[in-house]
Amino acid sequence: MTAVEDRPKTEIGAARKRKEDQRLITGRTKWTDNIQLPGMRHLAMVRSPFAHATITGIDTSAAKSSPGVLAVLTGEDVKDIQGGMANAWPITEDQKAPVHPAIAVDHVAFAGEIVAVVVARSAAAARDAAELVDVDYDELPPVLDLKEAAKDAVLAHPSLGTNKSAFWQFDSAGAGTGGPVDEAIEKARADGIVIEREYRQQRLIPAFMEPRSVVCDPTGEQLTIWTATQVPHFVRIFTALVLGIPESKIRVIAPDVGGGFGGKLQHTPEEVIAVLAARHTGKPVKYTETRSESLLSGHHGRDQWQKLTLAATKDGTVTGLKVDLLADMGAYLGLVTSGIPVLGAFMFNAIYKFPAYQFNCTNLFTNKTWTDAYRGAGRPEATYAIERLMDELAAEVGVDPLEIREKNWIKHEEFPFTTVAGMTYDSGNYEAATARARELFDYDGLRREQQERRDRKDPVQLGLGVSTFTEMCGLAPSRVLGALRYAAGGWEHATVRMLPTGKVEVVTGTSPHGQGHETVWSQIIADKLGVPFEDVEVLHGDTQIANRGLDTYGSRSLVVGGQALVMAADRVIEKAKPHAAHLLEASVDDIEFSGGQFKVKGTDKGKAMAEVVWAAFSSHDLPEGLEPTLDADATYDPVDFSFPHGTHLCAMEVDTETGQVSMRKYVCVDDIGNIMNPLIVEGQVHGGLVQGIAQALWEEAVYDDQGTLVSGSFVDYTLPTAADTISFVTDNTVSPSTTNDLGAKGVGEAGCIASTPAVVNAVVDALRPMGINDIQMPCTPERVWKAIRSAGSDQADATTGDAQPHFDAGAPNQAPPDPSSSASAEGADQ
Amino acid sequence: MTRINVTVDGVGYEDEVEPRTLLVHYLRETLGKTGTVVGCDTSNCGACTVHLDGRSVKSCNVLAVQADGHEVTTIEGLAQDGELHPMQRAFHDCHALQCGYCTPGMIMQAIDVLNDNPHPSEEQIRVGLEGNLCRCTGYHNIVKAVQQAADEGSTAGASAGATAGGAQ
Repeated sequence: MTAVEDRPKTEIGAARKRKEDQRLITGRTKWTDNIQLPGMRHLAMVRSPFAHATITGIDTSAAKSSPGVLAVLTGEDVKDIQGGMANAWPITEDQKAPVHPAIAVDHVAFAGEIVAVVVARSAAAARDAAELVDVDYDELPPVLDLKEAAKDAVLAHPSLGTNKSAFWQFDSAGAGTGGPVDEAIEKARADGIVIEREYRQQRLIPAFMEPRSVVCDPTGEQLTIWTATQVPHFVRIFTALVLGIPESKIRVIAPDVGGGFGGKLQHTPEEVIAVLAARHTGKPVKYTETRSESLLSGHHGRDQWQKLTLAATKDGTVTGLKVDLLADMGAYLGLVTSGIPVLGAFMFNAIYKFPAYQFNCTNLFTNKTWTDAYRGAGRPEATYAIERLMDELAAEVGVDPLEIREKNWIKHEEFPFTTVAGMTYDSGNYEAATARARELFDYDGLRREQQERRDRKDPVQLGLGVSTFTEMCGLAPSRVLGALRYAAGGWEHATVRMLPTGKVEVVTGTSPHGQGHETVWSQIIADKLGVPFEDVEVLHGDTQIANRGLDTYGSRSLVVGGQALVMAADRVIEKAKPHAAHLLEASVDDIEFSGGQFKVKGTDKGKAMAEVVWAAFSSHDLPEGLEPTLDADATYDPVDFSFPHGTHLCAMEVDTETGQVSMRKYVCVDDIGNIMNPLIVEGQVHGGLVQGIAQALWEEAVYDDQGTLVSGSFVDYTLPTAADTISFVTDNTVSPSTTNDLGAKGVGEAGCIASTPAVVNAVVDALRPMGINDIQMPCTPERVWKAIRSAGSDQADATTGDAQPHFDAGAPNQAPPDPSSSASAEGADQ
Repeated sequence: MTRINVTVDGVGYEDEVEPRTLLVHYLRETLGKTGTVVGCDTSNCGACTVHLDGRSVKSCNVLAVQADGHEVTTIEGLAQDGELHPMQRAFHDCHALQCGYCTPGMIMQAIDVLNDNPHPSEEQIRVGLEGNLCRCTGYHNIVKAVQQAADEGSTAGASAGATAGGAQ
């Protein structure tokens, strides 16, 4: 068989095609919305059209008499049993937060908030009846703008008395990790360089492809909840806590889950409502959101104003960085909403040696959809700010952006390095990644072309963008989470079960939703236990099977969950050794294990793993004290974070006449430590890149002045398509992490964190000679064109008058009869 | 209710449907063809793409009654006798899927692209897939997969049509 001949020497590091694919490419999938149960009822939500209002009355009578309707539930009906949605991360002792009922009772705080639920025989009947629910609202003034919210003039929750949820600070002088930042800034004002900028992190929507769906079955002894989530274990715990149901009576299953990107790291009102409706009717219920509902009510991401002050000496050595953030929580705090900006606190100093640093963050409520984790979660915001600032500093000093970075970054030989934010970076090599990226990109060649275009005043200018990012992955050491006032720990769990027929079942507490854990976990076990890749089955996402776990987010699965797996596999081997010793009539101390064989040292006597497993299973002849099982499990609490890094280089062409930007080339060299499967790593990088690029160029959740989400469908929330994007050049350097046995660092968020500043830096770089040093994201043609116009450049003036010679004043506006004439004119321009 | 006769993945069905029923809901809920999925409500995402008489359509944008007398091929009807369609194989080979939610629609559309143009350039592939959204892959490997399927020759595009034809 070719499969055997093709077998790699080691599975770890091999570009294994994914196990998961077969069911996904043939449509043999188990999405939550596919589930049909006998007697199943369907839910439809009635949502507030107003951003801020008091509910004065709800008439459900017409809906209740609509055909096929079993029940209509309002907040009033369930107010005593629905509890309040939980926030697991009160970042300060005095953090303020409004109660967040799953169904609003008398007050709605964002457009899209649920005010009633219809339970009906079919989804169509439920939706028909939802139209008939008559809600009376008294509108209240909404607060929508973050800076307005900070003034507390209009309140998102009048009962709270303020829009401020919390203020959180990290100060290097106070923490003893660096000097006082204000002194550094003062000194730089006197005899150095001070860069002061304010950047906008626009609001984004995770926009996973599978809309969220939940099925709740109340029949049987345990309540079973299937849900499209990244965090089945969280959903179980919080269902118990919010609704007061014993945790042991709840089983949560995340079947096939179609993407998450942080957007499915939540315990949602819809999940609570499904439980309430199922218990109310005694029947299984299903709710699947429409895409519009998803964009409207699933949590959003980012949304910050960043006020930044960078101090440096005249030669460009940074002496201090001060960060002042306003962070939009939206209307409510979700599971980790409040902690998202704080995750960025440790990353603004990035790969650099800053002697002084201060991070200040004010969390604010507005009458908009709640925010929470979105791919990168706090770290993209930080990376964007510092990588933009380093370009500004380079421009100020008058050197190449790569040169200013090299001047300030941690040198290869300085690892491990404790940063001004108190993090210890275990390994890295910024020089190597940058050298490789430069070479693949042809950095010098493109710089020459840029100069040529500038010299000849080409209407299409070229800009080169740099991003030398790092991030913290492997969330997280429980002691650190505790110190940050997060409610849970950051450990992960794995079980390895040795089946009598030689197959291996691996149970992981992580909860993959597209990453490819089934493949990679099989590769790791194949190497560790010497069993064929095909013989490993990876189970996950069901709290009755994977009873312990903390799920998948924050690029944690491999570095934390993979380490737990390695430890469990090691325990299997240790448990098997006395069994093998007994079979081989040797001393345990003489048994060694490699390549799937237990051998007596210095002899050719051996037993295969499968033989030892069978002997333990049959247990006919076990010596006293040996358990008849080799199964083992392990729970691993990470000793530290891991710190992937990389150098990303982007070339953008900017049409100065139209404001159109287009990507010419994108090269990234990421150091994510040891690579388990390069195929999967590349895929993660590609997808991350496009999400980050999309923030730079296309995506924004936009509200009108009434608080209505106007980018509430895929018509208006412009996800990139295949036609908008290019193929990328990706490569890796490898500095193994020293904090886990696999040497892995995590790759899920890297592309998304690094690419946004690389793209915007490139756009700004193209236009810098015009005096432009910022364009707000997304850099739409309109924004770029306006920036050029207001900069008053020659190129902008050229767009008027004769730029379109075929259009004569007074003549009909139509295409010229001979299209070649305009084409040749265009050609002559270039 | 309206009576319709539709052939789906080679099997003939006769059903009563509400006139407002979308083809995708008929496929998923009445026939249990859950391989085809719904990703949006504005016909932007293409997750529900199937073939209607051998041409790709977004099945959220077709009424079930419009499929009356026609043949539908879904992702579930592509593999023949356990043998993957070349496009399915190419998606697997090139790691052109991660969460897999867009994959059924993406594969059906990719086949349609090659039906139109068996040897497309990268740009033609990208434009051909413009109506199908993917959030995981950044499209890089999807484009590669379609190129691989195209390089393998005529079978890639044609056999979906043959599947529909085989049902006649």
